[in-house]
Amino acid sequence: MNYPLRRTCREVAALILAREDRALAFPERLAIRIHFLVCKACPNFAQEVRTLRHALGRWRHYSEHDNDPSQS
Amino acid sequence: MQQACITHLALDDFASPMSAETADTLAELHRRVEALRPTLLRLAQLQLRNLAWAEDAVSETMLAVLEGASGFNGKSQFKTWVVGILKHKVLDQLRLRQREAQYDTDDDGEVLDDLVFAPDGHFRNFPQTWDTPADALQQRQFFEVLEACMDALPGQIGRVFLMREWLELDTDAICQELRISSTNVWTMLHRARMRLRECLQLNWFGTPAK
Repeated sequence: MNYPLRRTCREVAALILAREDRALAFPERLAIRIHFLVCKACPNFAQEVRTLRHALGRWRHYSEHDNDPSQS
Repeated sequence: MQQACITHLALDDFASPMSAETADTLAELHRRVEALRPTLLRLAQLQLRNLAWAEDAVSETMLAVLEGASGFNGKSQFKTWVVGILKHKVLDQLRLRQREAQYDTDDDGEVLDDLVFAPDGHFRNFPQTWDTPADALQQRQFFEVLEACMDALPGQIGRVFLMREWLELDTDAICQELRISSTNVWTMLHRARMRLRECLQLNWFGTPAK
C-alpha cells in the first residue's frame, strides 16, 4: 500500500532523533503520526529516545551537584 | 531617585555579610576545589577528548576559582559554581583548538544505520522500551555506563554531542563555534544518538540481570 507521507522506519527514526535538536516541519510531524498508526516498533524507539533525553538531564544534574551525602 | 539608588547599594553591601564560604581561608578553598579536580578533569576530557586540553581547562578553572572566590555567593552549591566556570573554560579551549579538532573527524558514513535497519527500512531488531534505574546505586552505575558510552563516541562526533548535551548549546551556536554547517551538525548528532542508543542497549538495557 502506498499513501502520501509514507515513510520507512529508518526515515521515521531519523525524524524522531532530529526532533531532539531541531523543530520539525509540519509534514514531518504528520508523517510520524501517520507512521505510528501502522507501526509498533517506532513508538518504542521514540520511548527509548525520550528515556535517553531524561537520563541525560539527570546526568547533567548529577555531574554538577553534590548529591552524594558522603561528600557534603 | 539617585539618592534612593545609593541607599539601596549601601544597604545591599551591608546586607550581605560574609557567608561561611567567603570566610573560608584560601587554603580551605584550595582544598575544596582540589577535591573536585578528578570530577572536573573527567568532565573536561569527556567534552574535549584530549587530555592536555582538558588539563589546561581544569587549571584555568582552579585559578579562576581561587581568584574569584568573592563571586561565590554561598547560595548556589560550590560544585555547581565550579562546574559552571569549568564549562566556560572548556568552551574557551574548544575555540582555541577548533582547527586541530577538525582533523579528528571520522567518517563512518551510515554504517550503523545500515546495521540497525534492513534494506527495506525496517528495524532488524524490534526496539524495546527502556526503564530507567530507580534507586540511587543503580542510577550511579547507570551514569557510569552512560559516561563510558559518551566517551566511546568518536572524536568530533563526541565533541558535538557533548556541546549539545553537556554545554547545552543549540545547533546554531555549535555551528558558529565549530564553523560547520547545520546539516553537518545534525548529521553528527544523529550518529551520536544512534551510537549512544546501541551502546546503552548493549551495556545496560539489554542485560537482563543487574
